[in-house]
Amino acid sequence: MTEPKQIHLAAHFPGVNNTTVWSDPEAGSHIEFSSFVKLAQTAERAKFDFFFLAEGLRLREQNGLIYDLDVVGRPDTFTVLSALAAVTERLGLAGTINSTFNEPFDVARQFASLDHLSAGRAAWNVVTSWDAFTGENFRRGGFLPQDQRYSRAETFLRTAWELFDSWRGDEVLADKATGRFLSDPHAGAFSHHDQHFTIDGRFPVPRGPQGRPVTIQAGDSDEGREFAAATADAIFSRYGTLETGRPFYRDVKGRLAKYGRTPDQLVIMPAATFVLGDTDADAHEKAHVVRLQQVSEQTAIKFLEQLWNTDLSEHDPNGPLPDFDPVVGEDLISKGRASVRMYRDPLATAKEWRQLAEAKNLTAREVIIEVTGRQTFIGSPTTVATAINDLVQNDAADGFILVPHVTPGGLDEFADTVVPLLQDRGVFRTEYSGTTLRDHLGLSQP
Amino acid sequence: MAGGPLLAVALEGAGWHPAAWREPAARPAELLTAGYWTGLVQEAEAAKLDFVTFEDFLSLRADARGPFEDRTDVVQGRLDAVLIASRVAPVTSRIGLVPTAVVTHTEPFHLSKAIATLDYVSGGRAGVRVQVSRHEEEYRNFGRREPADAADLFDEAADYVEVLRRLWDSWEDDAEIRDVATGRFVDREKLHYIDFEGRWFSVKGPSITPRPPQGQPPVAALAHNDRAYRLADKAADLVYVTPQDRADVTKIRAAVDERLRVFADLVVFLDDKPGAAADRKARLDDLAGTEYTSDAHVFTGTPAELADLLLDWHAAGLTGFRLRPGALPDDLTAVTRGLVPELRGRGAFRHDYEAATLRGLLGLPRPANRYAA
Repeated sequence: MTEPKQIHLAAHFPGVNNTTVWSDPEAGSHIEFSSFVKLAQTAERAKFDFFFLAEGLRLREQNGLIYDLDVVGRPDTFTVLSALAAVTERLGLAGTINSTFNEPFDVARQFASLDHLSAGRAAWNVVTSWDAFTGENFRRGGFLPQDQRYSRAETFLRTAWELFDSWRGDEVLADKATGRFLSDPHAGAFSHHDQHFTIDGRFPVPRGPQGRPVTIQAGDSDEGREFAAATADAIFSRYGTLETGRPFYRDVKGRLAKYGRTPDQLVIMPAATFVLGDTDADAHEKAHVVRLQQVSEQTAIKFLEQLWNTDLSEHDPNGPLPDFDPVVGEDLISKGRASVRMYRDPLATAKEWRQLAEAKNLTAREVIIEVTGRQTFIGSPTTVATAINDLVQNDAADGFILVPHVTPGGLDEFADTVVPLLQDRGVFRTEYSGTTLRDHLGLSQP
Repeated sequence: MAGGPLLAVALEGAGWHPAAWREPAARPAELLTAGYWTGLVQEAEAAKLDFVTFEDFLSLRADARGPFEDRTDVVQGRLDAVLIASRVAPVTSRIGLVPTAVVTHTEPFHLSKAIATLDYVSGGRAGVRVQVSRHEEEYRNFGRREPADAADLFDEAADYVEVLRRLWDSWEDDAEIRDVATGRFVDREKLHYIDFEGRWFSVKGPSITPRPPQGQPPVAALAHNDRAYRLADKAADLVYVTPQDRADVTKIRAAVDERLRVFADLVVFLDDKPGAAADRKARLDDLAGTEYTSDAHVFTGTPAELADLLLDWHAAGLTGFRLRPGALPDDLTAVTRGLVPELRGRGAFRHDYEAATLRGLLGLPRPANRYAA
């Protein structure tokens, strides 16, 4: 009998979207450092692989006004992760850093610094920014066309890797007796020239404990999958079910061989939410309450507006869907929100929503609750542990990035009830066996 | 607090002398570890120093006075200063943390949220020193602009600080309302576009990070001449200056805005035994193969002699001193365990912190928000 696959788990600090329930009496600050400490320490107590922090570079807007219904505001990713390195010992520290409004030298320097300051626990989720709207906060201002953004992101990452690799790791002698601090007068030398970056010089951070910080990506397009197969250590995917996860998993892992990589060199981790109860019925009841908290009447209207692309502030959320078609155009009512791009064909989506409303006799708000539902695991701890393990053992995923809906205590119950069940089944670690994030993910040092 | 000078320590590598890493107590193999920095800052905090600073450069250079690029006998390599400060923040509780940030190549939006976040993780102890970049190597690392005229760089830095400050104010303190009845998390009337338009860049705002605990974390600049004094006057709360003697102190104090907190930078080599510090510096000079000089006055002597100098210059109008230890940890511990008791003995240094924030220690009130009605 073969050993069961080991599950990877990460904790996502809840973000600025409606799945984060700020109205819950248990909800705390999304800014105070104590909230980050609390969630990270829970994740470390539960022996999670890493803590994950997203990034935002402009407050979202709708109808030309700052969007005020969800959590607004977040701290700087690098700064929080570095501070968390002081209050955790083994937990990986992963952050999203946008490549569009940064320079490779600066980002590589900061991640290399974080890797040293955390003794080998840094990970970088590489993303590209989506619009000129965000660019208005930056001195470089503009943004690139879609195709160039991708190639800039790709060369950005490869350039950063060149900088990480500009030190071999054995140059620092620090030999007081002979007075030789470095063995190599040219340590850190690099020269990079391509269509996006023309830089050369000396990289100031000697090689970190992980060689390169772990690279995480979230690409889903064909070129995104290819890029991930070629370069990523982990993928933050959208496919958390058996039906959607297995094809994605097979496809992406199948692309590795042509880059000389083996399937275990890329860890696939979908984002997942969860609602736990004493029984499955209890959990489903709680899950419904959570959905009602996540989709208030006001939020339902805002979601309708995002698809219909017009002001619906007078619409009754407890009545039917609007009886006219969405306004189609380039100029979107909602700005700074990635998910809006999911409505690629607004007319077809509206038609689907109408069919759903008719079939189930749903109000507008109820439709939104149904179609934006993202509760991956609902049930008793045993049910959830079984579901997670089944997905991993059946190659729909290697693990999950869990997104609690309450900050910062939303992971506690999972840590206390589900994790021990996974440990009992021998599919999740009971102690960290290594010290770096690469160790936790089973990745070799590049 | 007694009426003496404020005291800061400028942490840099193994110390400011290029051969400092070869001292017996130096830990040159640990310069890139968190433990190295937390140990030094905790030592400074135990002595109740006002703040520590962390140097930074966006290039591989041993110090600002390079070129050391190809030398193998000096410390090479450094970590991002803001991240060091942030790593240290949770394991300290009262001392101010002031990293350097190079403003010529970076984005004010990024730095604004980074320093605001440092203020959150430290509970109101963040500051930042803004530094312009004129070194060709730094430009080549970014590859997108030619070294600019010095006057332009300082004007650009002043714009940069204006953007930092507007972003810190772009959230009113009570913008987060969590009004369940209306479903509103924030009162958007209390969030403000900063709409900065300048010669070098424009920034829309508001910040993504709410107003930091201090409202405005103190901004510092190092200044050696009139051009840099103008940047300090326009943009900073405190200025580090480099007088060579008491007459210089008087002259500089008259040249900078009276509202500024003025700290004199001094490189210090300290030893209890008369003459020993000078001998040690001479020994380090021999190892380096050249006499160490600095933009700042280089002091060698006993803690008591340094106390004499500090009190004399303080009387000439300085707020305090930013001491650059020649070698770490020796010259830091000579400050914390020699100089500080000496000053206390003369009633000229605190026995305990009298404020919880860096602004409080500097005697700066928490400012009103420029956008609040």
